[in-house]
Amino acid sequence: MSTSPTTLENETQAGPDVHRVGPAIVSSGLTKRFRSGQLAVDQVDLDVPRGSVYGFLGPNGSGKTTTIRMLLGLVYPTSGRHELLGTPMPDGTNRVLPKVGSLIEGPAFYPYLNGEQNLARCDAADRTADPRTARQRIGTALERVGLQAAAKKRYRIYSLGMKQRLAIAASLLRPRELIILDEPTNGLDPQGTREVRALVREIATEGTTVFVSSHLLAEVEQICSHVGVMRTGRLVFQGSLDELRRTGVARIRVQTPEPEAAAKVLASLGLADPQLTDAEVTAQLGDFLPERACAELVHAGVPVRGLATVRPSLEDLFVGLTGEGFDVDG
Amino acid sequence: MSTAEVGAAAGPAAAPAPVSVAPAAPMAWLRLLRSELRLVFRRRRNLALLAVVAVIPIIVGIALRLAAPPSSGGPGSDGSGPPFLDQVAGNGVFLSFLALTVMLTLVLPLVVAVVAGDSVAGEAGYGTLRYLLAVPAGRVRLLGVKYLAAVAFGLCAVLVIAVVSLLCGIALFPVGPVTLLSGDTVSLADGLLRLLLVVLYVAAGMAALAAIGLAISTFTEHAIGAIAALTVLTVASEVADNVPQFAAVQPYLPTHWWLMFDALLRSPIDTSTALRGLLSFAVYIALFCSIAWARFTSADITS
Repeated sequence: MSTSPTTLENETQAGPDVHRVGPAIVSSGLTKRFRSGQLAVDQVDLDVPRGSVYGFLGPNGSGKTTTIRMLLGLVYPTSGRHELLGTPMPDGTNRVLPKVGSLIEGPAFYPYLNGEQNLARCDAADRTADPRTARQRIGTALERVGLQAAAKKRYRIYSLGMKQRLAIAASLLRPRELIILDEPTNGLDPQGTREVRALVREIATEGTTVFVSSHLLAEVEQICSHVGVMRTGRLVFQGSLDELRRTGVARIRVQTPEPEAAAKVLASLGLADPQLTDAEVTAQLGDFLPERACAELVHAGVPVRGLATVRPSLEDLFVGLTGEGFDVDG
Repeated sequence: MSTAEVGAAAGPAAAPAPVSVAPAAPMAWLRLLRSELRLVFRRRRNLALLAVVAVIPIIVGIALRLAAPPSSGGPGSDGSGPPFLDQVAGNGVFLSFLALTVMLTLVLPLVVAVVAGDSVAGEAGYGTLRYLLAVPAGRVRLLGVKYLAAVAFGLCAVLVIAVVSLLCGIALFPVGPVTLLSGDTVSLADGLLRLLLVVLYVAAGMAALAAIGLAISTFTEHAIGAIAALTVLTVASEVADNVPQFAAVQPYLPTHWWLMFDALLRSPIDTSTALRGLLSFAVYIALFCSIAWARFTSADITS
């Protein structure tokens, strides 16, 4: 994880193109209270730009899956509304969902059918799919996820990674504008995780918007342009990764044999929250220029052995947002 | 990780491609129905059920043949056995009516219950329901296709019983003009036509049972629970149908009219009874399909 100040490279790149058309997903006040009384999703306002790779983060049980089920019209919201690709849901289910591929809470197929038959079943359910091209599209989808060799094998004997890939193949049966992947790397080994990540990147470069949920920051950090962070049913942060990084306050770290003297100087410069250890002082830097702080320290006769500005890592920010419940070792 | 990597992944390299969606083909539901029928009729469990349904009439036929060779003029006619038992030795066609009577008490409803109870609950149990609906298959369309497949399986099971027992009856017993329950004798061809009507009548009864099964199936993720519930319901209804104290409610029981197919074996056909039976089936179908629809179109799919 990088702790260095980041460039605005991806911001500028993502710039106007992303917002050229309306958002891929937008929701306002989306709320689900189950009959048990449990408030699973509380006033969630999503805004997923087209063409983005949106990481939907949060600990297990924070309401990610319920939100995704509401987005897809499987669970009806208690209140609030949402649109997929500019189409109001759930009224527009039949019109818009053919443009949306999805993996919902793990793969699920008929164990007694083989991979190919399972995909044929999915395709048969799609009334807008052309049956004449079904065979070829199924073949292509299996090839994309590397399952051609297992096409004729029963789903029952698939490994977890193969099952996951078959589910992704089902979402790729036809061109999509939006792909919603709920925990696509859950239960996969590092090799499988890498493969899925590469696949998501590939899908994204074709211009498809990808909405991917995970309880692991490390998993989406490498592929996402935007993130939304859920905590106990609420969306506590939403924006680009850089915006998330910028929410962290930079600190100055001074290595010195005289920490008390250094702390006094920093305090006189108005830097808040000084923290002292044996040979180090840190304080909130804010907008204060580090080179000025350095000059002032030297001017006051404080021996400076090292000086750095430190931003909290994404992981730190993330844990700060999601709280203690976050499943860090997942 | 490097910042360069973030940048590369974040930038939309291509403009979002608008995906064109073909308008839904009006006959597309037939494709889903075909897929559903393939699923039902290729599933080994269901094929095993059909095999059981085919074997029982053969066993009954052989047992009757061994007990009473056709030349002996039939088993002792004390009238204590099930209906049609006495006629089989004289005319093999009656083995079909006997087999349907025997199977209707438990085996046939159980076979229909397995498929109907499994219809929605089975998909929920596998988790495939959420994927079908996200495709989107459409809730009403999926429910309709599920019901049609269950009805088709019921009809198939009834046909298997009728055809196998007919062939078995022809092979083991003499066959000739059919003496109806009213005492009239009709030609063999007319007799076989009556058998066809009986098959359709019984299949209609099974369609009513399938509607109840479909409704139960929308309330659970456990197929076995739906199957068991439907079987228990059938048996309870049959018991109540045989307790004189329940006479007032008996015409309204789901199983009450099943065995009334003998109305079709009179001359002239007892249309009043047959139509009342069909009306009962129709009411059950309408009522329970409505319940299934109301439940399935409003339920949160959390399986």
